Amino acid sequence: MHETVGIPRALLFYEYYPFWKTFFDYLGIKTIISPNTNQKILEEGVKNCVDEACLPIKLATGHVMYLASRADYIFVPRIVSLAPREYICPKFMGFPDMVRQCVPSGTRLIDTNINLYRHRGEEYRCYQELGKYFVKNPFKIRTAYQKSVKKQEDYCSLLKKGLFPEQAMKAVDRHNVKNKGYNPGGPVIAVIGHSYNLFDRHISMDLIKVLQKKGVNVVTAENLPEETMRSETSILPKRLFWTLGQKMLGAAFHYMKQPEISGIIYVVSFACGPDSMVGEIIERYIKYENTPFLKLTLDEHTGEAGVITRIEAFLDMVYWKAG
Amino acid sequence: MRVTFPHMGDTWIGVKAMLEYLDVEVLMPPPCTKKTMVLGSEHAPEFACMPLKLNLGNYIEASELGANTIMMTGGCGPCRLGYYAQVQDTILQDLGYSYKMVVLEPPEKHITELFSKIRYITGNNSWWKVIKGIHFGYSKIKMVDELNKKACWARPREINRGDTDRALESAKQKIINVEYTKDLSAVHQEVLEIIDQVPVDKDRDVIKIGIVGEIFTLLEPFINFDIERRLGYMGAEVDRSLNLSEWINDHLFLSINKKMRSCKESRMASPPYLNHNVGGHGQETIGSTVLYARRNFDGVIQLLPFTCMPEIVAQTILPGVSNELSIPVLTLIMDEHSGEAGTVTRLEAFMDLLSRKKQKKEVLA
Ligand code: SF4
Ligand code: SF4
Repeated sequence: MHETVGIPRALLFYEYYPFWKTFFDYLGIKTIISPNTNQKILEEGVKNCVDEACLPIKLATGHVMYLASRADYIFVPRIVSLAPREYICPKFMGFPDMVRQCVPSGTRLIDTNINLYRHRGEEYRCYQELGKYFVKNPFKIRTAYQKSVKKQEDYCSLLKKGLFPEQAMKAVDRHNVKNKGYNPGGPVIAVIGHSYNLFDRHISMDLIKVLQKKGVNVVTAENLPEETMRSETSILPKRLFWTLGQKMLGAAFHYMKQPEISGIIYVVSFACGPDSMVGEIIERYIKYENTPFLKLTLDEHTGEAGVITRIEAFLDMVYWKAG
Repeated sequence: MRVTFPHMGDTWIGVKAMLEYLDVEVLMPPPCTKKTMVLGSEHAPEFACMPLKLNLGNYIEASELGANTIMMTGGCGPCRLGYYAQVQDTILQDLGYSYKMVVLEPPEKHITELFSKIRYITGNNSWWKVIKGIHFGYSKIKMVDELNKKACWARPREINRGDTDRALESAKQKIINVEYTKDLSAVHQEVLEIIDQVPVDKDRDVIKIGIVGEIFTLLEPFINFDIERRLGYMGAEVDRSLNLSEWINDHLFLSINKKMRSCKESRMASPPYLNHNVGGHGQETIGSTVLYARRNFDGVIQLLPFTCMPEIVAQTILPGVSNELSIPVLTLIMDEHSGEAGTVTRLEAFMDLLSRKKQKKEVLA
């Protein structure tokens, strides 16, 4: 039996791929990953979504469509919550049901609930359920889970060392850490945004590379420990119940106070619900800090030239401020 | 302390009655207008959902009349409502309005948090009186809902255009004017008579439309271009999938009244199309559509504010439901740029489609 599971390169792929890959590997299941986003995938996504859906959801749909004809199963977990009393976004909660509308009939979707709303310990139960799709032996699933947890820890610690997901995913298997192009003396800019926006080069127009080529050192929320971000947001009048929002806000609050950070770029999807609120808070706080700030709103109609112009203008301001 | 709270359709009738029963000074924002919308969208984040923008407009307008305390509801996710207050508060502060915000929501740590907020508003009233106040306000809301429902039935059947709405207005005014609990039941009889006396043609053939979607767009006529009345005049009997009294019964009274229609019913009807709660009323939207199809309604209209997340999930799934259960569905997205004329044209086209479909069915039958 050689069944294959397709994993879309979208949404939480950049946060959890090492975990998922290890898990399926150990259970002896072959995985197929959709390629980097290309025009075709984008078009498939746009075609199969309502106009009002945000770009990340459209892209994820495109990736699922790509896999539909190539894998026996498609892994589209219903990610309800990744931390106690927090959520990701209503669209993550409905995503499997949304794509079910457009995949060819007969496509087998694995839509296990991942729901840690009550307790982080629930994670184990969720993966037991996932494992049961393929193997009967709960002990084997447990070992797979433990190995995945370990791998994920390694992956996260690489991110904390300053790597970005793509590099860290490679390094975590090869054990030789090669740091990204660091430019001594160059300004450090914090680029903050959901991982599925920043690290999808098609959506972000390769923003990080573009900045690096201009001699900028880039840091992101991924490079910070979770505790730092959580303690930063404790100044809010009310606990934020979106995990990604928590991360964005925590990272922005942290970086805006660091003297070595010369500016912050905040990347959001057009019409993103949670970020409309989180962004408002960031903008209102950052005014008091006097850190150069650029908000980039991206969707499928965003022109690359315009973005580059805005980045250049922003960098001019950063350099000018630095004197 | 002069308390204000945001508009959402007829909600104010009940909330104002409750607060005044407890001798709290209430200052209502003027009804929502274009100006409210402009004020709200000027200062709110661009992609915030519409209720946030209109609330903000309400607060600004009420402040100019002298309100200094806002009472509103909140939540704990996944939807944005749970963070409205905090964002609105920073915006109002930046604009220089000094408001105290009292957010009634499930407490973070302990139920006493909620009690102390209620205490803040209600002052020295005994808890017993507070409960009586809530009951008083709620009774009014229930009556208004009942009247609206009857009006939806009568409108497409009325002999003289406008009779129903005239009756509805005068009946609502009577409810608004009630000051004592003891008068409620007499007035109840009276208003039912008023609306039942509208001359109608009982046998007229009408189109039946269910309205589903996000609660604010469903309940606030300013934002939905008075959709119930318009459809009524076009010859449709409209059923709103969600009423305020039902919402309160479900969410605040924990379904004490078992006889009332409940969101549980519609949520249960939403699988296999939508198998999980997605916040807001996304699951109810799907489930109610299924229920309307089962009840042989002619069509369903979904209302949502631009960028509303749960309803975008539902909107994606609705075409599948519509196909499978063969019930036509029209989705209307409301934002500060939606035009009245365009909306009316789409409603008319939808009505045409439904009546042609109905005729065909009748010919076949
Ligand atoms: S968080 Fe924003 S970008 Fe992500 S799925 Fe939700 S609405 Fe879309
Ligand atoms: S249900 Fe829609 S309109 Fe209401 S808070 Fe959520 S996103 Fe906004």
